[in-house]
Amino acid sequence: MSQNAAAPAPLTIQKISSEYTRSDMFAAWKARWGINRAAWRVKPGLYALGSPSADSSVFASANYTLSFNELRKSLKGLDAWILVLDTKGINVWCAAGKGTFGTMELTRSIMESGLDKIVKNKTIILPQLGAPGVAAHRVKVYTGFSVVYGPVRAEDIKDFLSLRGKAAPGMREVKFGFPERIILAPIELVYFGKYLLPAAAILYGLGLKTDALLTLATLLAGTILVPALLPLLPGRSFSVKGAVAGAAALAAVYPLLNLDAYQSAARALFYLPLASFMGMEFTGASTYTSLSGVKKEMRLALPAQALALLSGIAMLIAGRFI
Amino acid sequence: MTQKYLASVSTLKLDAAKCTGCGMCVNVCPHAVFIIKDRKARITDPDLCMECGACSGNCPAEAISLKKGVGCATAVIQGFLRGTEPDCGCGDSDCC
Repeated sequence: MSQNAAAPAPLTIQKISSEYTRSDMFAAWKARWGINRAAWRVKPGLYALGSPSADSSVFASANYTLSFNELRKSLKGLDAWILVLDTKGINVWCAAGKGTFGTMELTRSIMESGLDKIVKNKTIILPQLGAPGVAAHRVKVYTGFSVVYGPVRAEDIKDFLSLRGKAAPGMREVKFGFPERIILAPIELVYFGKYLLPAAAILYGLGLKTDALLTLATLLAGTILVPALLPLLPGRSFSVKGAVAGAAALAAVYPLLNLDAYQSAARALFYLPLASFMGMEFTGASTYTSLSGVKKEMRLALPAQALALLSGIAMLIAGRFI
Repeated sequence: MTQKYLASVSTLKLDAAKCTGCGMCVNVCPHAVFIIKDRKARITDPDLCMECGACSGNCPAEAISLKKGVGCATAVIQGFLRGTEPDCGCGDSDCC
């Protein structure tokens, strides 16, 4: 009887291994540097990891390569089903925020995969960070499947399973420690480097070596010092943290330059708002800022940044005529 | 170390009268904002909330209300320029 029930399996099941290879590591490295974004996608659909049966666990993931690879790597040695939702190549958390990792996409994927005919135990384990997009009780109504939220980090899945679906303390909390922050620095550097590296090259070409150097120092402050030192930088608002990181960078570089007090002040007014802006943009990469907070911060920070920048430009121009 | 963003800005509200104490909010919150005490959910510290909306969307009793959104300055700027809600545009740019 059970064999008959499993018979009309859809053609879309793909085999996948839990091996994490060198080429997977290289792909992850490229993704962290923003190289070839189009290649970070996995084909949505149902995957068989190992030799899963009708009693095996079902996990859901996003069709972002890093999300999918983290999951299958963490399931090494297990036989399981993985249902990959079409999140347009976006990671679970961001996709859940946008709703593409969401109730409707999950419902559609469960229906189209024929999962109800493949597994007996109608339960699907979601990464906890998929929860902002999914209403578990609605999925139950639409599909009959119970959604269980697994741990935040895929590496905790085996412990989670051995605790019979209960999360140990800490498994449900997002961390934003040094390793989680510094891994974001390359993408920040690539993003702002697109504008500031050509700007530094042009300044250098125009013979403005001082400003080329200060532009580079500001870029490094905003994209590397901010993630690296985030909790140590004073203030809760990221624009303040960015400005402080920028000030530290200028303080490190100023002794190498031959600037008088007027020129130093003018350049501080010009470069600090740039570092402040980059710090503010890091709110999007951080894991604990709220929309209400970011809006409040920006209402104050954007005018202050603009005012400082314009004052700096005015002082630099005036300085030419004094 | 617990990292906190700006104080007293979160739109998170819990209606204790509607709460059934099922604990779903405790399961989904990535910042441990909720605890269950005397069979009801309680908010420990609203300043830890990042307004991701996991709790309100998964509350079967609809006891939690909140203005859900992404705490991302780029999204706020893009939303302002396009005249839409804050949208990080992830998918067509290099963010996250």
